[in-house]
Amino acid sequence: MGGLSHYFEEEGLPTTQISLIREHTEQIRPPRALWVPFELGRPLGVPNDPGFQTRVITAALEMFNEDKGPVLKDFLEEAPEGAAYTGTPACPVDFQPHPEPITELDKLMTAFKVEFSQMRSWYDLAAEKRGRTTAVTSDGGVENIVGTLTDFLKHESIATGSADISRGTALRMAVEDLKAYYFEAVTIQPGQPTDSHSLAEWFWGETLAARVISKIRERCFKSQDDSLRHITRALIPKAQLYRFES
Amino acid sequence: MARLEQMTKGERDYLQSLPCPTFLSTPWVKPPALDQCRIAMVSSAGIHRRGDRPFDPGASDYRIIPLTTAASDIVMSHVSTNFDRTGFQQDLNVIFPLDRLRELAERGFIKSVSDYHFAFMGATGPEKMEPAARNLARIMKSDGADAVLLVPV
Repeated sequence: MGGLSHYFEEEGLPTTQISLIREHTEQIRPPRALWVPFELGRPLGVPNDPGFQTRVITAALEMFNEDKGPVLKDFLEEAPEGAAYTGTPACPVDFQPHPEPITELDKLMTAFKVEFSQMRSWYDLAAEKRGRTTAVTSDGGVENIVGTLTDFLKHESIATGSADISRGTALRMAVEDLKAYYFEAVTIQPGQPTDSHSLAEWFWGETLAARVISKIRERCFKSQDDSLRHITRALIPKAQLYRFES
Repeated sequence: MARLEQMTKGERDYLQSLPCPTFLSTPWVKPPALDQCRIAMVSSAGIHRRGDRPFDPGASDYRIIPLTTAASDIVMSHVSTNFDRTGFQQDLNVIFPLDRLRELAERGFIKSVSDYHFAFMGATGPEKMEPAARNLARIMKSDGADAVLLVPV
């Protein structure tokens, strides 16, 4: 972001920005930056809290009142904590670890289909209540996700829908749709967490969807297709890789 | 928390290893008073309208998000998995606060909100974005923007 600030301002357009990594901003020295103590992915701090978000954005905009720079200020108000898990998820699915590891692809995909379909009612409710979904990045519906990922794992086939889109990008977006489908579904359930740590622990630690993504990652790693090998690092967060690497 | 000391060692090492551009000086342009400012927003979250081209690894171009775009039509194709997306899934404003900007305009805190806003994909180094960014600055000024709010992810 800081680099863009330099380019915009050099073209005569004043800028102010939010900074998430203070150390980076100190080095890049953009004209105006407001460092916030929030986690990556939440630059305004917290979802569904207009008052808090307004305080952040107002503080960033008020830096336009400064007379000289560069200026880097700190926003010292911590984001309100989201609700964390107090027990196991109240999902219609048993997300407890399976007693026997599933090693055969067909068994995994069969169980995954069941898990996926049992999340559907919550996903539909989430989309209805929020008036939006981020789980459909293309014009296809969420019902295509399981089939798309199964076809890839069995045959390394993936439809791109456009010559502009690589197979790797098409597959990555299908995986992103899958993650969003699960997270949107679970976060609408009464009493379920909204903080990112609990949600990540749940998804990567307890769902079959995460195991499917791990299988996809293995397949991409071995692929002859450059675009598939290039997305190997873009499927599982670094902080969660330990679960899948021996 | 985006505090390096609170991250896992792997995340911290990765972020600290990222090359940051350095600049010999910092440009400075004073905007009009805030209540006279038309504000445009630029995000690096790799968001775009549903049906628009997703961002590829290394993408240095941007996507256009008209002010009239419904939140329900905005999706994300950022290539990094190493940031939280669950906030965005619950509320677009946590990464792209168009509603908050509109409210600030209604209150008179700013004059108005630009008709067009933009998103890059921040995993790409900013030096690769420079040509597109400089061109975009001229476009935003033509749209009447007096100043820009940049929001990372």
